[in-house]
Amino acid sequence: MTSTNTTSTEGGEPLVVLDPTAGKLAADLQPAPRPAGLSGLTVGLLDISKPRGNVFLDQVESHLGRLGAKVVRYRKPTFTKPAPVDLRHEIAVNCDAVIEALAD
Amino acid sequence: MGNSAGATVDASTERPSLPDGLIAVVKRDCPTCEFVVPVLEQLAKAGPLTVFTQDDPTFPESVSPSDDTRLAFSWHHDIETVPTLIRARNGEEEDRTVGWSRPHWEKLSGVADLGSDLPEFRPGCGSLSVDPALASELAVRFGGSTLQSRRVELARLEDPFEAAFDRGWTDGLPVVPPTEARVMAMLEETSRAADDVVAEIPPDLHPATVEQIAINAVMAGCKPEYFQVVLAAVEAACTHEFNMHGLLATTFFSGPVLVVNGPIAKRLGMNSGGNAFGQGNRANLTIGRALQLVVRNLGGGRPGEVDMAMLGSPGKLSFCFAEREHDSPFSSLAAERGFGPYADTVTVFAGSGPTAIIDQISRTPESLVRSVAACLRSTGHPKLAMGFDAMLVVSPEHGRIFAQSGWDKDRLRSELESLLTIPGAEMVRGVDGMEEGLPEAFADGTVPKFRPGGLQIVHAGGDAGLFSAILDGWVGGNMGSEPVTVEIRP
Repeated sequence: MTSTNTTSTEGGEPLVVLDPTAGKLAADLQPAPRPAGLSGLTVGLLDISKPRGNVFLDQVESHLGRLGAKVVRYRKPTFTKPAPVDLRHEIAVNCDAVIEALAD
Repeated sequence: MGNSAGATVDASTERPSLPDGLIAVVKRDCPTCEFVVPVLEQLAKAGPLTVFTQDDPTFPESVSPSDDTRLAFSWHHDIETVPTLIRARNGEEEDRTVGWSRPHWEKLSGVADLGSDLPEFRPGCGSLSVDPALASELAVRFGGSTLQSRRVELARLEDPFEAAFDRGWTDGLPVVPPTEARVMAMLEETSRAADDVVAEIPPDLHPATVEQIAINAVMAGCKPEYFQVVLAAVEAACTHEFNMHGLLATTFFSGPVLVVNGPIAKRLGMNSGGNAFGQGNRANLTIGRALQLVVRNLGGGRPGEVDMAMLGSPGKLSFCFAEREHDSPFSSLAAERGFGPYADTVTVFAGSGPTAIIDQISRTPESLVRSVAACLRSTGHPKLAMGFDAMLVVSPEHGRIFAQSGWDKDRLRSELESLLTIPGAEMVRGVDGMEEGLPEAFADGTVPKFRPGGLQIVHAGGDAGLFSAILDGWVGGNMGSEPVTVEIRP
């Protein structure tokens, strides 16, 4: 009686491994549709609370005003953490578009 | 010849049926099995006998053994000891006995005078099917894997190490291929269910299961027994207080630093002594690395993407050590954070480093504490205060100087706080020709270098070396990161 059986999994069989990313690398997120223009739209400006971010956003606000957009200003409590969920919801409900600004 | 139909062992993973009559399971490597060969010959003459052999398919030649080197029969029929003798009828097991015992074998077989020249009793050996080295592999082969993760079949000619690099799964070093057997072995070491969600991993806030974390722990090189520390570390890092998201995204150097306290550190062979921050210890290096791979692969936090570190630091591959508790002059980090002396804990601290504190001359705590304070003051910048945290790692030789004069951790901390309460006039912008510094408003009073709770103190390092270390922290408290301690549970 002969046998070629072994207790190894690797006897020439292809190696099967488990995906360590939970399939995330294949995630396919689409950006929201872009508005054609800004006239008449409400644009949120989110200050992430980096120093002098307000200086930059003041400039952006006046440019947007000239393009006919209504501007609403928001501010994150700290730049080191994601915006709180309530703030994100408020922006989503009130605004047609949002600009998140970084400054230092 | 007792090799009945149905007893053939092939590549199938199905449960082999029980041939009627007597069945013996043996291996050549077992002296008791060698010893009972004459008995097996006696039984083969008396009636139907099937002998399954686990290691050498020719053993024992005189009774035409059936090959069970794939261990299908042994695994499915719960063979724990060889020899095992079973009596079966109509495919059902009626009785079994393990090892050699003349009365038991005679009773079970109904054959008298078995092995009359042998001693009456001899214990058997462990079955290969319960060998710890094979257990996970056999469970995958025959038990049917219950793992949920997507299988990735690598091509026959694909190098598994290169395959992991190609798929973006690594931190720049090779990873251990996460096979089902290795992941199953990891899962054996926790009482938590494989589909239990441990934490939402930033930045993508992926709800990571125990199984998904186990895959990354395998890749990091963890032994299964490290897994419970990895789970606790992931839990600690993914709290709102610790703020792994911000720590990942920052342009600053820091990453999660893990400090392990409690008896588990010794049990896992973790290093709290010489070179505790360095290379050479598997537990230290792979536990810290597992957390980073979880953030990378499950959270989606990768350098150049959400991770915007300007230079980063080597500790972002892995930074994990144990506190040297056995001869520490101080209460442990865990004790200070409210845990008992026998609790196993992991604390995450947002930091990088180390930065050296050299003092080879001081022999009194009054002198040494001034050196330590002077070095701590320069953390980040000597004219900045309160924003950034730090961890002071006191070495055994420095610790002894404090201990000899009866300084405990509270005393050391209060002396440091007093030395690090600095006149604002020294700290404001422009002073000493440096534009960096605190705003002018701080000029009139004094300022503490660290916010309350912003300086951690631990004891670690080798026996020799009159140095200590600073791990530079990141933005402390609500604005950035608060250290978080989680109890390690089986």
